[in-house]
Parts: sequence; C-alpha cells; structure tokens
Amino acid sequence: MTTFIELLLGGLSIGSVYALIALGFVVIFKATEVVNFAHASLLLAGGYVTAVLHDDIGFWPALLVGIAGAASVGAAIEFFVMRRYRGSDHSVLAIVTIGVDILLITELTRRMGTDVLALGDPWGNEVVQIGGITLAQTRIAAFLAAGLLITVFLLAFRYTSWGVSMRAAAENPQTAALMGIKLGRVSLAAWAVAGALAAVAALFLTVFPTPGLERATSLAALKAFPAAILGGLDSTTGALAGGLIVGVTESLATGYQSDLSFLGRGIGDLAPYLVMVAVLLIRPAGLFGTKELARV
Amino acid sequence: MSDTTAEAAPLVTTAPAPGGAESFTDRLRRPRTYAVLIASVLLLALPFYLDRFWLQAGLFAMAAAIGAIGLNMLTGATGQLSMGHAFFLAVGAYSYCILAGESSTENGHALTGLGLPTWLAAILAVLLAGAAGGVFSPIAGRLRGAYLGIATLALIFIGQHILFNAGSLTGGYNGRAVPPLSLFGFTFDDTEVVVAAVPFGSSEKLWYVGLVALLLAALFARGVLRGRPGRAMNAIRDHRIAAGVMGVPVARYRAGVFVLSSMYAGLAGVLLALVFQRTVPEYFGMILSLEYLAMIVIGGLGSVAGAVVGAFFVSLLPQVLTHYSDSLPLVSAPGTGGLAPGEASRYLYGAAVVAVVLFLPGGLARLGIALPRVTRPKKSGEK
Repeated sequence: MTTFIELLLGGLSIGSVYALIALGFVVIFKATEVVNFAHASLLLAGGYVTAVLHDDIGFWPALLVGIAGAASVGAAIEFFVMRRYRGSDHSVLAIVTIGVDILLITELTRRMGTDVLALGDPWGNEVVQIGGITLAQTRIAAFLAAGLLITVFLLAFRYTSWGVSMRAAAENPQTAALMGIKLGRVSLAAWAVAGALAAVAALFLTVFPTPGLERATSLAALKAFPAAILGGLDSTTGALAGGLIVGVTESLATGYQSDLSFLGRGIGDLAPYLVMVAVLLIRPAGLFGTKELARV
Repeated sequence: MSDTTAEAAPLVTTAPAPGGAESFTDRLRRPRTYAVLIASVLLLALPFYLDRFWLQAGLFAMAAAIGAIGLNMLTGATGQLSMGHAFFLAVGAYSYCILAGESSTENGHALTGLGLPTWLAAILAVLLAGAAGGVFSPIAGRLRGAYLGIATLALIFIGQHILFNAGSLTGGYNGRAVPPLSLFGFTFDDTEVVVAAVPFGSSEKLWYVGLVALLLAALFARGVLRGRPGRAMNAIRDHRIAAGVMGVPVARYRAGVFVLSSMYAGLAGVLLALVFQRTVPEYFGMILSLEYLAMIVIGGLGSVAGAVVGAFFVSLLPQVLTHYSDSLPLVSAPGTGGLAPGEASRYLYGAAVVAVVLFLPGGLARLGIALPRVTRPKKSGEK
C-alpha cells in the first residue's frame, strides 16, 4: 500500500510538471491555432541556459535567466517565423515548428554532447518521511511550484486584461481585432509564456531522481503532447487533467513494471501514449476539448 | 496549393489535336519528352559508372522517395498530419525479414522466420504495412490536424517498444539480417556478376529494382492524385465539411488514404531493408518521421514530383556533406570537434523547411515547373 501511495504521489508530482508543459502548449494553440512541435526544444533551451549559468551566478538568478531565455526564444520563433507566414493552413505551420525544432534540438544537443548537466538546484537528493511514506524533496517542490504557477496563470487568464484579450482572441480573432486587441501581441505573449513555463518544467524534469539535463530530456518533455491531447487541445483544464493522468499512469506503470513484465521492458515510457490512444478512441476531441458540432 | 487539380486542367486543354489525346508527333516536339528520355538513359547507365557509396546513397533516396510519395498523399494532398510514418516503414522492413528469413539462431537469439519466397514476402510485407494502417483507421478516420499528428506519434513509441521487446521476431537491439531478394531465380545479392566489364554487386542490381519500384509507385500515385480520388482528397484538405456535403465519404477517404500511405511506407521499408542488409530498431525512430515530413515540405506538398525532389534533397544531403567534408569550410569529419556532416545537414534541412514555407510556398518542385509554363500561350479555362 505504501508503495502505491508513494507511486501515486510521485506520479502526481511529475504529472504537475507535465501539466505545466502542456499548459504552455495549449496556450499557444488557443491563441494562434498552431500546434507547437518545437515545445520540447524550448524546454531544453531553458534548461540549458540554467545549467550553464548556475555555477557563475548562483541557482536562482540562473533559473530566472533561463526562464527569460526560453521566453525570448519562444517570442523570437513567433516574431521571426510564425508571423512571416502568409498562408492560412495551420497544419503547414505545425510542420514549420518541426523545422524550428530540428534546428534548435540539433544546436542544443551539439552543445551538450553526451554530457549530463546538473542544474544546481538546492534540494539535492534529500527525502522527507511522512508516516512511513518516503518522498524526495524535489518532488514536493515540483508539485508546489507547478501548482503555484498554474494557479497564478489561471487567475491571470481569468482576471487580468491580458487574459481577457487572450481569451477573446482565442474565441474569435476577427472580432477581437475589431475590438482593438492586437493579435500579434497576443500571440507573442502566448509564445513567451509557453517558453517561460517550459523552462520551469525543465528544472523539475531534470532534478533528482533523474540524473540531469541530457539529450533524453527532450523525450521526457514529449510526454506533454499526449497530456495536452488527451485533455483536449483547447482546454486549460484539460491540460491539467491530462498532465496528471499521464504522470500517474507513467509512475504506476514504471513502479509495477515487474508485474507487467509480459508487456515488455520500458512499458512506463509507453503507457502515456497507450492511454492517449484509448481516450481518443472514445472521445476524439479529448476529455475536455470542444466537441465538433459539424456533422455531415 | 491545390496544384494537382490546377495541373490536370492545362494538360487537357493544351492538347493541340482537337478532341483527341496528344498524338505521337506532338509528343516528339515537346522538350519535356527529351528531358525524360535523357534522364532515363542516365539513370539506367549510372550503375556502370558510380561507385558503391553513391549507388547506396541513390538507393536510399529512391526508397525515401517512395515513402515520401505516400506521406505526401496523406499530409500534402489530404491534409492529414502524420508523425508515424517511420512506424510503417519499420512494419514493411521487419515483415519482409520475418516472412522471407529462415528460423535461425543469431547472437544467442532464436529468430523466427517463415522462409517464404522473397518476392512473395516483399508483397506480403507491403500488404501487412497497409493492414497496420488499417488497424489504426478508427483513429486515422476520425481525428485530424494536431490530434492525428500526436496520436500517430504514439505509433512511433509503440513501434520502438515492440521492436526492442519482441526479440524472437525482430532480433531486439541488434536487429536482424535481411535475406536478399530473388526474382525468377535471379538473386540480388553480393555475388558478382560482370556486365559489360563492370562487376555488379548488390547495389548495382538493386538499383534497377529501386528504379522500377519508384517508377511504379510514382505513376500509381499520380493516377490517384489526378483522378477522382485525388480531387476528393484535396477537397477534404481544403474544406472538410464542404467535401462531405458534396458527397465525399470523408471518414472512409481519410482511413483509405492512411492505409495507402502506409503501404507506400511499407514498400519503402522493404527497399531500405534490402539496401541496408540489416534492420536495426533505432533507425525507425522519431527523427526518421520528422525527416519524411521535412522531405515533403521542402519538395512541395501534395505532388508526386515534390515528394521525390524533397526525398532526394533530404537523404542525399548528409551523404554529400560526409563525402566532401574535407573540402567544405565549416564541416569536418565526425569526432573531430567541428560540425559533423549529420548535424550540418540537419541544420540545412531544418532551415530549408522554414525557408521553403515562408518564401517558396509550393516547394522546390515548383521551381522547375513554373518556368516553362510561363511561355505557354494561355488557353481558355486557364486562369
């Protein structure tokens, strides 16, 4: 039973990190209807900046620079690439983000080589014992930080004028533009926010018990895709639910791997995708996504 | 970007003989006929002059072209984004190995093989890849856009999982050897046959198999794209609901195109396996899928020529850079600290994807087509 609770809590914690990534992904989709396949490389960029700088300027400043760096990479992608596209086909833009992703990932993995970079976080590998349940401090920090950021984000989304213009643009771009909302600024902000969230997620994807920032980190970041999809691409609630589902599934499948040995080794990495396929079979728009009304 | 329909129209209207198809003499007058003739003679003669390195590179490009044609029908012509193309390539390659190979023990692994005739195995492998696409059709028929793109991403991970774990079929991490193809008693392996004083090894022999396969694949795809199904596919891409209202069975078409493109991927997989002579699971990962998407965007979405041009660009680029890494300024041999050829080519085609979409909508293939058409007199019915 304690194993189960430990796995569940661990899964919720990593799930909240996935939710953070998925949230940025959903924000970009809502604001611009573009699926950002370069999201994993945004995350890697933020993590890389933090990892390089933390020795010289300390962890917290490095983290801030990393967040700012990823946000500006996101904004730069929007400004220099997305904005220049004059067609209307959003799936072509999705492929453009794949091109951007190839560029960024190649550059970052070339710089990293085969190294595993530490991000210099203050938690190390310390654990907390609560009533027989062992939890790593990093997991608790991840859960709290992700929860805090998501709350702040959702509140801002609801109550600030920035959030209102964002939602208006998502609802109906033409009307929003007529009401004086600058669509360019909205999508620029969306990309920057997504980059910043991804940089925070990069920190928590690379802390204990994972070894550090490496090439494979981008694979871990990819799990935010099924999270966003199974929640529903245009729903922030969906991103949260999807992230948690993916995290818990992965954690349980990895934890009970020995009981699932007939499925082969490494089933934990596969489980999120299987859950996604199962959900999509029943609900093609995801759990909280807007259902399509057109039926012909 | 619906250039397939636009392309079909002038072909009919420019036929000079009134009311009939182009006559033989009209064909002889067109420069295009000669270009095609010269190109085919060149392609047929190449194995006599090129060394093994370039022949293999060319064969990879041909296999890639077949796969890219399939993906272009799905993503380019029908607008269905698929990240799972590498999975179907793997299905084709591994099915061929399993069907054609004998049961054996390799590196302590017991490998299962059915030992079928290799030509039959190749055909069955293509069909199996199609069947795998069919199994996925409940999803492929219903989802679109990003949902389908990410759902097909699952295929990559499922595929990798199976390839690494089903050791008795796939050989696990080490992969398995590919039995050479044999047709009518002629085996496409490394036993040397001397043709016109040139020793023919497997690459030389397979070159012709690749040419025939690519030609058939391209002609079939062109037929599909220019005919009724092609127009229905473009209609689905441009306006799904309008297509449905006009009587196109949207879900069935989507599923059907998905199956067809998987079969193309399966054929490409078989050819790749024959060239590689060994299939390894790592090759069929996500990067391969991204490369195929890059191919069709760079070449031009929705057309056969675009897929072929893009496939040659993306798959020959690393080979060219590797071969000339000594004489290129920024590129250096792998492991010497500079920019490795693989990385350099990834930079180039990543940038090419972005640049083509922004500055050259229609892709590289449009560069060649656009020029001669300007000189042609405008006919009625052409905008």
